[in-house]
Amino acid sequence: MLLGAGGAAMTLVGRSDQASAAAKEAADQIAKFTGGKTAEQGKVSIELPEIAENGNTVPLSVSVDAPMTADNFVSDILVVADGNPNPGVATFQFSPLAGKAEASTRIRLATTQNIIVVAKTSKGEFFTGQKLVKVTIGGCGG
Amino acid sequence: MAEKPRLKLPKEAKKGEVIEIKTLLPHIMESGQRKDKDGKPIPRKIINKFACEFNGKPVFAANLDPAIAANPYMQFHAKVEESGTFKFSWTDDDGTVTTAEETITVT
Repeated sequence: MLLGAGGAAMTLVGRSDQASAAAKEAADQIAKFTGGKTAEQGKVSIELPEIAENGNTVPLSVSVDAPMTADNFVSDILVVADGNPNPGVATFQFSPLAGKAEASTRIRLATTQNIIVVAKTSKGEFFTGQKLVKVTIGGCGG
Repeated sequence: MAEKPRLKLPKEAKKGEVIEIKTLLPHIMESGQRKDKDGKPIPRKIINKFACEFNGKPVFAANLDPAIAANPYMQFHAKVEESGTFKFSWTDDDGTVTTAEETITVT
């Protein structure tokens, strides 16, 4: 069991069936990304507001502590949101030319939930981290 | 999509410098989750892929889901060892590809 997925599963208590379905799908996407390997906690930083007043556009920045040399770099970063109708947010792909394993974008969040990030290195290692973000007004329309 | 992408990156850099690149493409990023006033679902229409290459070599790319906000914004870095051209592309669900280029002088 992935640590990230385990953390996500713990937050399910007291949530609706829809939310638990999203969290399960998030865990499935992570398992597919890692090929079933366990991701180690750490090396991943996630910048998000603690409270997002408008779920329609929430600034997100992810970075991974990595040398980004030709033989040791972060090749992929998966971002999932375990409380959205579809948990997938984005997958970032890096080459050593990127210089830094860091990307920022703006995302939509339907409700208060965890953002889970999993990074894959060129050596086949996986690192993960997650962050809870509270959403005042959801951003998936209705 | 005739909308013009916005790019922000330096025109000049020192050899080996890691530069910051910011991009934005005006686009609705219709999630497929919304309904129109008659209650019918509005079909999904998003930019599902972004890519950046330098002198023909991949630097950064992203597969995007409907959870990316309207007017998709991407900020990332590039390590430049030589002068050249950055090429950017955004792929729409309907197959349309919007492209942009920017040159940089590296000394």
